[in-house]
Amino acid sequence: MKCENIYRFIQNIFRQALSPPFEWREILKQCYAVGNRSFFLVSFTAFLAGVVFTRQSRPSLSSFGAESWLPSLVSQAVIRSLGPLITGLICAGKLGSNIGAELASMKVTEQIDAMEVSGTRPFSYLVVSRVVATTLMMPILVVFADIVALLGSYLTVHSINNTGFELYFNDVSANITYLDIFSSIIKATFFGFAVGLISCYVGYNSQDGTTGVGKAANTAVVISMSFIFIIDLLSLQFTNLFR
Amino acid sequence: MSNATSNIDNSHDRTDIESTEIVAHVVNLKKSFGDIQVLKGISLTLHKGENLAILGRSGSGKSVTIKCMVGLMSADEGEIEVLGYNIRSLSSEKLNELRQQVGFSFQSSALYDSMTVQENLEFPLKRNLKLFDKKKLNYLVKTALQDVGLDGAATKKPAELSGGMKKRIGIARTLILKPKIMLYDEPTAGLDPITSAEINELILNVRKKYNTSSIIITHDISCARQTADKVIALIDGHSKVEATFDELKITKDPELAPFFKY
Repeated sequence: MKCENIYRFIQNIFRQALSPPFEWREILKQCYAVGNRSFFLVSFTAFLAGVVFTRQSRPSLSSFGAESWLPSLVSQAVIRSLGPLITGLICAGKLGSNIGAELASMKVTEQIDAMEVSGTRPFSYLVVSRVVATTLMMPILVVFADIVALLGSYLTVHSINNTGFELYFNDVSANITYLDIFSSIIKATFFGFAVGLISCYVGYNSQDGTTGVGKAANTAVVISMSFIFIIDLLSLQFTNLFR
Repeated sequence: MSNATSNIDNSHDRTDIESTEIVAHVVNLKKSFGDIQVLKGISLTLHKGENLAILGRSGSGKSVTIKCMVGLMSADEGEIEVLGYNIRSLSSEKLNELRQQVGFSFQSSALYDSMTVQENLEFPLKRNLKLFDKKKLNYLVKTALQDVGLDGAATKKPAELSGGMKKRIGIARTLILKPKIMLYDEPTAGLDPITSAEINELILNVRKKYNTSSIIITHDISCARQTADKVIALIDGHSKVEATFDELKITKDPELAPFFKY
């Protein structure tokens, strides 16, 4: 991967995303595909994460007599880090491999060349629509994952202490700031952009025939996941400036 | 040679093309991949209504030549003029404008495998002509499919088609934009002699019905014989000779003669 090529790729995405003709139909189609593909897995893992995190944190807090802080601890952990991270990693795996392999196989079977040669602007159709879709859908999936994870946490607490729904979520909302929510959504947007960009880049520039398809899917997942952690760290540093 | 192959008489289709109007002109085209220079100076001229075959061994740069002609690959040196556009100095908008007038039939057919045949054919219409009227789309798709003899294949996915059918659909997808020039990359590669003959016949019919000029990349002697008015032999990165098939057939040139032995 050459930095210069990636820079040109990003430049092309912005240029074509911001200038007509816009790919509304394809963007909507891709948004649906992204949401539909990841919805169940994100819900399932977020729910389990909420349950597991609550069950693991409870004994430690109990030993300090601070069990009542559980909703506060869980909500901050879920919204600031756990929710975006889980969603980002799930999407990096699921969407990264999917987009990377799909575009790479189109490349090696000359389908992208066929679009190019008929003047149908494949970059805009294939790349811009996917990057925009992942960028738009990731924050929505993160918000959804946060809610499901908190629900999982509540059900766990309720099953142990018979805590009421209202009491639990009052405690949650009292300990969550707008900065937490805002930074989580911004972070998720960057996650989405990174996953879309990396997957499209490696798929669209795939080489080496069929071997290249597997390589593209693998590279898309590995690099996307690495970038999720890098962005998470940078976002933490940046958000801390405002706390 | 099969009966089907030998039965095709295209002499009446070779309409003594003496058109002076040049639709594509390539001069001294050079292209290297790393240290390997594939094209060392290709020159060719395509006249209106003409079928020009480029004959050469595998890896001789035949496909590279036509890919340079539509800007899919960039040439290192030389001049390429297609339909009055100088390819090497075109903006991406102008290149797209030109590409809509040039049909490119890929060796692998390059059908969009996530789409049905109908959607494959609708794709360039929707993208280039912004045509979304279902009735009109259906009519154009049906006509294009009829022209390639596959009017019942609209609902099929590319994976359900045979090699010959894929080639035909690939050709139909390019024809739907009514191109002025057709570029066929190995149209008969991997096909049995009977299907090859059918594709050759289709190439001739396309010229007749759509009034196209064509470049046919091939290493298949019978394809060149049946479809071409003029043949260019590509030897060692150079366009060696330009002649009719019959003239080439009796050549004593040691580099060309082996093509006609097999």
